[in-house]
Amino acid sequence: MTTLSLHAPAKNLLKTRELGIVLALALLIAYTAIDNPRFLSGQSIRDNLLNTAILAVMATGQAVVVITRNIDLSVGSVLGISAFTVATMMSANPGLPMIVALLAGLAVGAVAGLVNGVLVRFGKVPALVVTLGTLYIYRGITYSWAGGSQVNADELPRHFLTFANDNLLGIPWLVLIALIVVGTGSLMMRNYRVGRELYAMGSSPAAAELAGIKVARNLLGAFVLSGALAGLAGVLYAARFGTVDAAAGNGMELNVVAAVVVGGVAVFGGSGSVWGAALGALLLTVIGSALAVLDINQFWQQAIVGALIILAICADRLVAVRIARSLRKRDAHV
Amino acid sequence: MSDTLQKSSDIDLDKRPENGRATAIKSRLTSWDSIILVLTVLVLIVASFSVENFGTSRNFTFMVLDLLPIILIALPMTMIIVTGEIDLSVASTLGLTSSMMGWLWNQGLSIETIIPLCVVIGAICGVVNGFLITGLGLPSLAVTIGTLALYRGLAFVVLGDGAVADFPWNYTGWVTGTIGGGAVPNVLILIVVLALIFGIVQHATPFGRSLYAIGANAQAAHFSGIRVARTKFWLYVVSGAVAGLVGVLWTLRYSSARADNGSGLELAVVAAVLLGGVSIFGGKGSLPGVLAGVVLLTALQNALRLEDVSGQALNIVTGSLLVLSVLLPNITTAVRGNYHRRRLRQAASR
Repeated sequence: MTTLSLHAPAKNLLKTRELGIVLALALLIAYTAIDNPRFLSGQSIRDNLLNTAILAVMATGQAVVVITRNIDLSVGSVLGISAFTVATMMSANPGLPMIVALLAGLAVGAVAGLVNGVLVRFGKVPALVVTLGTLYIYRGITYSWAGGSQVNADELPRHFLTFANDNLLGIPWLVLIALIVVGTGSLMMRNYRVGRELYAMGSSPAAAELAGIKVARNLLGAFVLSGALAGLAGVLYAARFGTVDAAAGNGMELNVVAAVVVGGVAVFGGSGSVWGAALGALLLTVIGSALAVLDINQFWQQAIVGALIILAICADRLVAVRIARSLRKRDAHV
Repeated sequence: MSDTLQKSSDIDLDKRPENGRATAIKSRLTSWDSIILVLTVLVLIVASFSVENFGTSRNFTFMVLDLLPIILIALPMTMIIVTGEIDLSVASTLGLTSSMMGWLWNQGLSIETIIPLCVVIGAICGVVNGFLITGLGLPSLAVTIGTLALYRGLAFVVLGDGAVADFPWNYTGWVTGTIGGGAVPNVLILIVVLALIFGIVQHATPFGRSLYAIGANAQAAHFSGIRVARTKFWLYVVSGAVAGLVGVLWTLRYSSARADNGSGLELAVVAAVLLGGVSIFGGKGSLPGVLAGVVLLTALQNALRLEDVSGQALNIVTGSLLVLSVLLPNITTAVRGNYHRRRLRQAASR
C-alpha cells in the first residue's frame, strides 16, 4: 500500500514530462503550419514520419538500455554493419523475400548486442567503455570488409527498394514497423514483469540483484534488443536510401541518445518511457523539417537540438527535485 | 593509483615493510599503465625496424602533428575523468573556435588578437559546461552530449559549410615546421611544456591529489574540506580553453577554418584516456599511462598507413584495446580473488 501511494506523485510528474514534449511538438507544428499550411499536407506528414521511423526504432532499444542505467553507443556502427550485410546479401541473391532481409538485419544486430551485453555483465566493463569500444570495432569490421566499395541502388532488387515507400492501408511499411516496435516496447516496459524489472535495475542495481531479479538475463536481453533494433534500422536504412557504404549510420549514436534524453529518459536510469523516447525522435525530426519550411538557416538545427537536450536534462532535474521534496513531506507527515 | 597506494599500505600493516615495498613495486609493474608503456615502446621499436619510412624525421613530424590535438585535449580530459566526470563537448568546442577564428579573420582582426580570443571562447564553452554540471548539478555525460550538439551547431551557424583558408603563412608555417628546419617539430615544445605542467599539477600537488579523492568518493572529499564543485568547474574551464587552443592549432595546421574541424575527435580522446588506464568511474589513472596510450594509437595508425592498411580498419585495434584495457585488469582481479579465497579456505580448514 505504502509503496503504491509513494509511487503516485512520481508517476504523475513523469506523465507531465511526456506531456511537455507533446506540447512542444504541438506548438512547433502549429507555429510552422500557420506560417506555411503546406507543412500539414499529406506529403509533408508522410516525409516527417518516414524520417522519424529509423530514429524511433533505434531510440526504442536505446531507451530500454538507458532505463537500466547503461548506454549503448555502438548503435550507429551496428546500423552500418547490418545495412552493409543486408545490402550485399540482397544484391547477391535478388530473389530473397523482404522478410529474410529484415530477419538477417535483426540477427546481425542481436549478435552485436549480445557481445556488448556479455562484456558489460560478465566482463564487468562499464557500458560506456564497452560500447565505445565496439563502436570502433563494428565500424572497423565494416570498413575492412567493404573497403571503399558501396552497394548502389541499381544492384538491389526492386522489391527491396520499394519497401520503404510501399503502403499497407495507406501507412508506409517503414512507419508501420516503427509503430509496432515502439508500441510493443512501450507495452513491455509498462505492463510486463520484465519491463518493471528493468526499471528496478536502473533505479538501484544492487537492490534489484538482492530482490532476486534475474539481472544478468535482463541486462543481456536489453543489449540484445538494442542491437537487434539497430540491426533492423540498418535494413530500413538500406531500403530507404538504396546506396550503402561502410560509413552508413556514422555518428548516428548521438542522435539516438539525443532523442532518448529529449524524450525524458534520465541518463541515470530508472525513469522515462519508450514512447517518450519515440516522441523525442519525432520532435528532433520535425524541428529539422520545420526549420526548412520556416526558411531558417538549416545550420541552426544542430544548435537547437543541443539546447533542447540541455533543457530536457534541466526539466528532469526539476522533476527529480520535486519528487524528492514530495517524498520528504510525506515522510514528515508519517 | 589511489587503489595501489591503499593496497600497499594495507599490506604494510601486517607484513614486513620490505615485503610491502616489493608488493608495491610488483603491482606497479603489472599495472595497466606500465603494460601500455611497454607496449608503446615495443610498437615504436618494431615499427621503426620493419616499416619503411617510419623512422624518418619527416614521418616523425607528421606523427607529432597527428598526435597534437588528441594529446593536448587528453591532458585536461584525464583530470576530468579522474574526478569521475566526462567532457564529450571538446571536439565541438574545437570546431566552434575554428569557425570563430575564420569569422574573426574575415572581420579583419589581426591574428595576434584572434588567437587569445579563440582560447577565451573555448574557456567560455567550458564555463557553460561547468555551470550546468556543478552549478545546476546535472549529469556531465548528458550535459556534454547536449553541448556537443550545441557548440557544433553554433560552429555551423557562424561559418556555414564554407571555409576560410588565407591565414598568414608565418603562423601556419610555424605549426607544421620544425625547429631550425631540423628533426624536432615546433609543436613538440608546446606538447612537452603543457604535458609537464599538467603532469606536475596532477601528480605532485595537493590539487592533483584532491582530484583522486573526488573521484574515489566525492562526498568524503567534500567533508574533508575539498571544494568539489569549484574544482570540477575549473577543470571544465581549462578543458574548454585547451580545446580552444587546439582549435587554433588545427586551423593553422590545415590552414583551413571549417565548422566540421575535429568532428568525432571526442571519442578518440576518451578512448586514448581510458586505454591509458584511467578508470571511467574516477579515482584511478595516471598521466604517463595516458600519454603512452595516445602515442600507441597514433604510432599504430601511422605505421599501418605507411603499410597501406586502411586507417579505418585500425578502428578494430583501437576498440579492442579499449575494451581489453578494462577487461584484462578485471579478469586478473577475479583470478587473484579466487586464489585468495582458496588460500583463506585452506587456512580455515587447517
